[in-house]
Amino acid sequence: MKASEAIVKCLINENVDTVFGYPGGHILEVYEALRKSKVNHVLVRQEQAAAHCANGYARVSGKVGVCIATSGPGATNLITGIATAYMDSIPLVAITGQVNSMKIGRDMFQEADITGATESFTKHSYLVKNENDLPRIIKEAFYIASTGRPGPVLIDIPSDIQAAKIKKLAIPETVNIRGYKPTTKGHIGQVKRAIKAISESKRPLIIAGGGVILSHAQNELLQFVEKTGIPLVHTLMGKGSLPTLNRHYFGMIGNHGFSGANRAVSKADLLIIIGTRVADRTWGGVSDKISEGMRIIHIDVDPAEIGKNVGTHIPLVGDAKTILTQMIDRIEKINTDEWLSELNSDKRAAGKRATDLVNPRHAIETISKKLNDDAVIVADVGQNQIWAARYFEDKIDRRFLTSGGLGTMGYGLPAAIGAKIAAPKRQVLAVVGDGGFQMSLQELGTISHKKLGIIILLFNNSRLGMVRELQERFYGKVNAVELDKNPDFIKLCDAYKIKGIRVTTDSELEDAFDKAIRHKGPFLVECVVDPNESTLI
Amino acid sequence: MNRHVLSVLVENQSGVLSRVSGLFSRRGYNIDSLSVGETEDPKVSRMTIVVRGDDYILEQIKKQLNKLIDVIKIVEVNPQQSVFRELAMIKVNTTMETRASVIEIVSIFRANIVDVSSETLTVEMTGDESKIEAFINLMNNYGIAEVVRTGLAAIERGSKQIKNQKVNEEE
Repeated sequence: MKASEAIVKCLINENVDTVFGYPGGHILEVYEALRKSKVNHVLVRQEQAAAHCANGYARVSGKVGVCIATSGPGATNLITGIATAYMDSIPLVAITGQVNSMKIGRDMFQEADITGATESFTKHSYLVKNENDLPRIIKEAFYIASTGRPGPVLIDIPSDIQAAKIKKLAIPETVNIRGYKPTTKGHIGQVKRAIKAISESKRPLIIAGGGVILSHAQNELLQFVEKTGIPLVHTLMGKGSLPTLNRHYFGMIGNHGFSGANRAVSKADLLIIIGTRVADRTWGGVSDKISEGMRIIHIDVDPAEIGKNVGTHIPLVGDAKTILTQMIDRIEKINTDEWLSELNSDKRAAGKRATDLVNPRHAIETISKKLNDDAVIVADVGQNQIWAARYFEDKIDRRFLTSGGLGTMGYGLPAAIGAKIAAPKRQVLAVVGDGGFQMSLQELGTISHKKLGIIILLFNNSRLGMVRELQERFYGKVNAVELDKNPDFIKLCDAYKIKGIRVTTDSELEDAFDKAIRHKGPFLVECVVDPNESTLI
Repeated sequence: MNRHVLSVLVENQSGVLSRVSGLFSRRGYNIDSLSVGETEDPKVSRMTIVVRGDDYILEQIKKQLNKLIDVIKIVEVNPQQSVFRELAMIKVNTTMETRASVIEIVSIFRANIVDVSSETLTVEMTGDESKIEAFINLMNNYGIAEVVRTGLAAIERGSKQIKNQKVNEEE
């Protein structure tokens, strides 16, 4: 058997039915083996999109996303997508072609040291030197990518290794890596300490992060919150961890979160941080000093996150779902009525800014009401992301995807492709700005080609709106943010045979969204937004 | 900024050294020295890394190193219960007049002379860092042509061993 066929067999053995990729000279063998297999290959229009597609696919399917690229520029184009997945802990396996193993290091045509280049943002990587190692390496790669704190793993395979013969394909059934034994279950002594601290607290508050979503712990978190009565705020990546309408829900914290939610953090006497590193953008929003004597319980599957950005009194290393389950059985209701009513009275309703054009908040709220209870929303990066994060209603089966850690513009459209392919029956909404949209425009080709029924909600303010906001705040002047020569996006979509409507006032939104939802196939709703619109509306 | 000595067991394969050293540079940790070689198990290498940092930095270094798949085990070596050694080779400028006094110092330090030329004398010595520093300082009076140092190697005293298996806390 050819090694390339073994690679595909190993992928199928890992339950892979869809891969995203772009072929090239040093990955030809793998593509020939893919052609002969049942694996569905989605051809993207640029490799970075393959990694973002695999990211969206992984987050919606719960499986490991797979992307494939050739050596050299194919591999280097993947880098931003791999780094995006790394920062958000998304399980990905990236397979790259490499030049002939005997010629590595001679600066061959399309040679790039991709394991070296991605070293700082892959969870692990392999440069395959012997074809007989492939079954073990692929098995390990999927295991490493999906267990513990998930993340991207890269497998770089030289062309001669792909073409080599393997005598007998023996896929190992188990993985044993002596340097990698992630902890999932919480230390029972620490669980008891945490429960004691919770029972003694008067003003406990949960900060839920992306780890809750990654470990599929939404139901456990809901149970925990309902049983204890503890209020919850969340990070950008933790959006969707608790339904918006739950009475314990107090919104998103952080620089772009709600001030009431940020104030809640500073007023609490006990923080229960679950599955978040509490990065600068999260903690930066908590402007008031945290209360004296506040205690912190930090639950995270990655021990290195505990104590990194915030001090911790009770560390609890393990998987969010497992630990919440351990705690639910042992914990009792605490009296939080007074604390909840205090938080409720601090929830100030933000007023909507009057505009002759489309109010982005109104647009998000309107489509949120219309979409199904299991819809997937993918937000790009920038103002559109913040509007979506603040005003899209979370339900237990909905999913919110965005590039929270790396903040990669251009993520939205390809991630929505991956999401739609993972769940063809679910509604997928891509929220993008005119800046980020143009970073991935080429993927309209993929959407059109695969006839993917994605709704694209484009906020067009002919600006890089977030940068404009920052420049005005810090310098009082703007530079290099005007996109006044934007193309006609409706015509552009038309060229890709994608239908679209341009909406210029709030009153047209209902009708436009109804059309978009009814339409079978991709649909663009372009909302013209005031260039001076702010994220904190 | 305290000095810490870490013994790190890693898989003996290509790319590991780059992963470890890359981690230090990208997270802004300072390495004083790093030495590496095969252990009693040929599949395992042992690195002795000397780092500087406060408790927070040290904790982060250990945790971040532990995240590397190729890292099997990390132990901070207690200087009171361990033996530290470094090998240094020092080429000292000598003349007919100074050679005898250099040889005298070499013998006081229990070092070895491994090469002689008409203008130089090459000394090999092992010891902890302070011994080597002291010797180098003395040799500076004569003029040092070259210094080669291996970096520190550390081993714990007694029958204690660093096992090459990561223990899963759940088991």
